[in-house]
Amino acid sequence: MTELTDLTIGEARDRLAQGELSAVELTEAHIEAVEEARALNIFITETPEHARAAAAASDARRGRGEAGAMEGIPVAIKDLFCTTDVLTTAGSHILDGFHPPYESTVTANLWRAGAVMLGKANLDEFAMGSSNETSYHGPAINPWRRAGDNRSLVPGGSSGGSASAVAARVTLGATGTDTGGSIRQPAAFAGIVGMKPTYGRCSRWGVVAFASSLDQPGPLTRTVRDSAIMFGAMAGHDPKDSTSADRPVPDFEAAIGKSVRGLKIGVPKEYRLDGMPDDIEDLWQSGIAMMRDAGAEIVDISLPHTKYALPAYYIVAPAEASSNLSRYDGVRYGLRVPGEDLIDMYERTRAEGFGAEVQRRVMIGAYVLSAGYYDAYYLKAQKIRTLIAEEFRRVFADIDLILTPTAPSAAFALGEKSDDPIAMYLNDVFTVPASLAGLPAISVPAGLSTDGLPLGLHLIAPAFDEETMFTAAAVLEDSAGFDSVPLQWWRTG
Amino acid sequence: MSLDKATVRRIAQLARLRVDEERLAPLAEELNNILGWIEQLNEVDTDDVAPMTSVVDMTLPRRRDEVTDGDRPDQILANAPETDGPFFVVPKVVE
Repeated sequence: MTELTDLTIGEARDRLAQGELSAVELTEAHIEAVEEARALNIFITETPEHARAAAAASDARRGRGEAGAMEGIPVAIKDLFCTTDVLTTAGSHILDGFHPPYESTVTANLWRAGAVMLGKANLDEFAMGSSNETSYHGPAINPWRRAGDNRSLVPGGSSGGSASAVAARVTLGATGTDTGGSIRQPAAFAGIVGMKPTYGRCSRWGVVAFASSLDQPGPLTRTVRDSAIMFGAMAGHDPKDSTSADRPVPDFEAAIGKSVRGLKIGVPKEYRLDGMPDDIEDLWQSGIAMMRDAGAEIVDISLPHTKYALPAYYIVAPAEASSNLSRYDGVRYGLRVPGEDLIDMYERTRAEGFGAEVQRRVMIGAYVLSAGYYDAYYLKAQKIRTLIAEEFRRVFADIDLILTPTAPSAAFALGEKSDDPIAMYLNDVFTVPASLAGLPAISVPAGLSTDGLPLGLHLIAPAFDEETMFTAAAVLEDSAGFDSVPLQWWRTG
Repeated sequence: MSLDKATVRRIAQLARLRVDEERLAPLAEELNNILGWIEQLNEVDTDDVAPMTSVVDMTLPRRRDEVTDGDRPDQILANAPETDGPFFVVPKVVE
């Protein structure tokens, strides 16, 4: 029989609905997959007992005719979402032992829709990283390996554990959060679909904050349809997040299967980088051809400030992080390192509790916000952000979507980039502009690199037009016919 | 502009991070690399540009200034490293 762990969310939902499968059976198969895949270091906390109880409750609800949109579907939750009474670490030492007494809105929405939590997925510390290597709990490992090479590769980041979980057939879907590319880049590295909603679609309440004007929860799944299903269950207005969008959640799944005939797809020349590998350029060209063959009109566009997005991001995000992370002081939760006095206790706790990358960003943030430098750095960056957002608005007056590669390379080996912060930051060069402008974007697996690793194509849409984005993403998915899966080397040891 | 050890020490104090003396120089180099890369923003003329204040077009909602939650001291204290009755305990601040 087809392994239950190979089902998509859509297939599992249909089989559950037809009574061919129970949530308990589906969950047991995935609990086994979780145990078999421990070599991938996907989970910081496994919650099998929680999952078994949730699955039994789900079957009972279905028996009463109360099935939700994610009824009985086992998922991983990025360990940045607070989950009631379940350890929540943000991948950091400083949140040691933190058991939130409350549930994030997005996870509460998922449980209301019937989803089942298998565990809390690994991530870069406070979501700061593009390889999962800054996690205090060690890196999650990408299930993919280069052809003929057994070295461990990074799953991307920061939602690395989430991406590995879905790609390795350990969960059917996973939540992620995207600040500058933290859903889309790991999805590309792991050969799956990763989607960042319009800023405001998903509530940030109960999500450990990194950079509040950029953070946005979203789903990682194996298909575009699954992305639409899971996103629909996560999204919605939340009075507890003042930036949450007060507008209805459409039926995103209904956008799948529509034609792209007549849609105008912009191809920005500034996303063609010097030294970009040929296989990324080839993938982009094949994506352009796929959209054209499907009836879309390809339009050359220009987004002249693209190159300034990444350096502007590395002012705005650290500035917000330095402010958000000031709450970790050893008083109310998490780690406390004793000191001679209060200030010494703060300083020792934060020095021991935060890893090197988080400390670097907190210091950059404190500097760019400090007296005398605020205008030169922070204000300057927010002005550049205005230019970037206006530039997108201008091109979207004439086109429907933008097509680019998701990342400038395929997955790299552990340690390959961890000594050079700027080389690591460049992973997000194609994803950060949409983040700065708050726009929705999706990464779809569309091909393999010359050494056999998955590569993603990236669609950016105007604010709140996720539906057109899903329509085009499904067409890309169909045309690309990406059906490669990683060898399950971890199961045989 | 380039950060020296004294500036790094001051930033670390602002950020409430204990940094050992021998780490100041390497940290200055790391931060200077990043700030040097960020300097390219100065190529962009932003004189007549308004800084972004909200990433999506929306008006922040308002509500009555009244208590909507609370009265749960046990939950609030549950994760604290040290408590005494309904209080967080910190090292002595006033002699």
